Amino acid sequence: MKIVTNTLENIAGVGIYPVIGLLLFFTLFVVLIIFVMKLSKRDVEEYGRLPLSDGDEMSENKDDSLNL
Amino acid sequence: MELQKFTYDNRLSKMFLQATFFWGIVGTLVGLTIAFELIFPHMSAGISWLSFGRLRPLHTNAVVFAFVGNGMFTGMYYSTPRLLKTPMYSELLGRIHFWGWQLIILAAAITLPLGYTVSKEYAELEWPIDIAIAIVWVIFGINLIMTMVKRRTQHIYVAIWFYIATFVTVAVLHIVNSINIPVSFLKSYPVYAGVQDALVQWWYGHNAVAFFLTTPYLGLMYYFIPKAANRPVYSYKLSIIHFWALIFLYIWAGPHHLLYSALPDWAQALGTAFSVMLIAPSWGGMINGLLTLRGAWDKVRESPVLKMFVVAVTAYGMSTFEGPLLSLKSVNAISHFTDWTIAHVHIGALGWNGMLTFGMIYWLVPRLFNTQLYSKKMANAHFWLATSGMLFFAVPLYFAAFTQSLMWKEFTADGFLKYPNFIETVVQILPMYYLRATGGTLYVTGIILLIINVLKTMKMGTFVKTEDDQAPALKLHKDTGHRFIESKPVLFTTIALVVILIGGIVEFVPMFMVKSNVPTIAAVQPYTPLELEGRDIYVREGCYLCHSQMVRPFRSEVERYGDYSKAGEAVYDHPFQFGSKRTGPDLAREGVKSGKNYKPDSWHYNHFFNPQKMVAQSIMPPYPWIINNSLNTSLTAKKIRVMQTLGVPYPEGYAEKAVDDLKKQAATIAQGLRDGGIDVSDDKEVIALIAYIQRLGTDIYKDK
Repeated sequence: MKIVTNTLENIAGVGIYPVIGLLLFFTLFVVLIIFVMKLSKRDVEEYGRLPLSDGDEMSENKDDSLNL
Repeated sequence: MELQKFTYDNRLSKMFLQATFFWGIVGTLVGLTIAFELIFPHMSAGISWLSFGRLRPLHTNAVVFAFVGNGMFTGMYYSTPRLLKTPMYSELLGRIHFWGWQLIILAAAITLPLGYTVSKEYAELEWPIDIAIAIVWVIFGINLIMTMVKRRTQHIYVAIWFYIATFVTVAVLHIVNSINIPVSFLKSYPVYAGVQDALVQWWYGHNAVAFFLTTPYLGLMYYFIPKAANRPVYSYKLSIIHFWALIFLYIWAGPHHLLYSALPDWAQALGTAFSVMLIAPSWGGMINGLLTLRGAWDKVRESPVLKMFVVAVTAYGMSTFEGPLLSLKSVNAISHFTDWTIAHVHIGALGWNGMLTFGMIYWLVPRLFNTQLYSKKMANAHFWLATSGMLFFAVPLYFAAFTQSLMWKEFTADGFLKYPNFIETVVQILPMYYLRATGGTLYVTGIILLIINVLKTMKMGTFVKTEDDQAPALKLHKDTGHRFIESKPVLFTTIALVVILIGGIVEFVPMFMVKSNVPTIAAVQPYTPLELEGRDIYVREGCYLCHSQMVRPFRSEVERYGDYSKAGEAVYDHPFQFGSKRTGPDLAREGVKSGKNYKPDSWHYNHFFNPQKMVAQSIMPPYPWIINNSLNTSLTAKKIRVMQTLGVPYPEGYAEKAVDDLKKQAATIAQGLRDGGIDVSDDKEVIALIAYIQRLGTDIYKDK
């Protein structure tokens, strides 16, 4: 394909791309796991409750009336 | 701390909700129609816009972008303000988004049956509609991000992260895959060709599944399951890992749609590896969703909403287990091009997306209309219809897939194909197609119950236009690490964008830069003008939906079709036509005179006119309009010029001579047909299509 291929004829050491990908991926995971482990329990509980504290007062009576 | 008062506006949610069930019934009814067309090929009655090839893209687009699309926006416009404790940034942008999206769907519903298509699955729409999609999508994104900026909560809940990933990734996918050069207002050619086009398309196609059908719905899952069960998500920590791992891994998996194809092996291996890894975050998400219901299973028995959520999340787990399985080359060798793919996507669409949408609707409507659900019995009936419909749809197709694939591969003791005639393998699985249509009928019946139930509920209650809430103003703490990122929506969006770009770049850059990835074959020449016009008819009629053009390097396929397909053969194919399903035989070597499948022009003429005349048990519909219509050559010169821009080596100034050459070639073919007793004039569309079909796969035999 002329438009793209011919302007980008060659690339040296293309094998490095997947290696970079793997390293990035691995680093991301390690950082994530460390971060998640360091989170305080109180904060995490508060975050998890966010959908339940949106002032949707009607929620309760809907559940009761419907027995959902 | 002083509390600020504000209101949530429910009107946008209501508009999208109504659009969801409207397009839900349209999309599934079109699906049901084409399921029956596969059993009764004459159902389309010779009407072009009712034929399978034209309606199938309408079905997929209507279900994906209209039904699921409107479903996700319903949930997003409901949950986003409530999770961020602020009204949406702009109601006006929301309305522009709504009407823009519906107009785009309407444009799709008109253009696709008329045959205006780029032929890239789930990206069939032509360039003006593509531009409209990009604009409307950005409007939606601005509204979403600005709402985050104006929020009152310190932490941004994980559902919103999934919405953001949806916005950025779909934008990137859509734009990259839709780069086309227009020939006219409703005709264009993609800039990519052959295997490169295939790679871009399936990078898009797979990630459309990931970021249109999965991430937004995971966001909805993380909001609506805790809401409906009235308990927080099982593990919030898991949801954080789930999010980043999922968006990082998904973007790499596209090449698993091209295993054993002419795509370079390294790209195939990359696709497989990441697809296998994907099971970890996918199942992390499923487990998180299901375990949220721990201690609430007694409620599940009672509540149709929770029941639907459970089936949805289970279907998500099933299809994300199946996905990595299908990405293994040994499994893919059997499953690819068969009905397994169809079964797999329907577990996802009917189970995961459908059930989650229905559950959300049953939960939302009583709340939006301040009343109770009209009939819980009806909702329960819907649940059973949908669940059994999904199973009746998918299970027979698994049998069909195994049966047909093994028949394709079976050899006799003497080393010949046991079923050399493709039609034998089709006849064998037809009963399964009947069962599939039954499953579809059950599912559609369920949706009809939903619509009646919802309309009655709406009538019983009064619409709650706005709801009041209050919260303290946002006071940002000095955070570090991930919490810092969470508190900066624009930065968060940018990081999500970078994460999803990495995979795409690693796959594309070598593919487009390294010449050896697409070895050129000297004998491969551009299509003649007549063949090019014929190819455009092939694309218009959606032939690629039932016929692949990719002979895989297996003994059984080489024996059946001829030499396996090479990357260099498709270098002038804008767009590629590899296909993804063989309802009929592969056509990659159809034109090779010494080949296994060669048929004379007259056979093709009669076959297009009435397939059953040539193959009595065929399930291909007739194409009388191709026989009767005159070929429009007004754009031929322009098409050649666009192809030249794309790098197809037609000689300088050839565009001006193209129509003359076209007429000459057409006259030869038509004369041949007339000599055989067929009354046909030179200028019919069928002549161009025959020219294209007879060209297929012949290039590499030229110098022999």
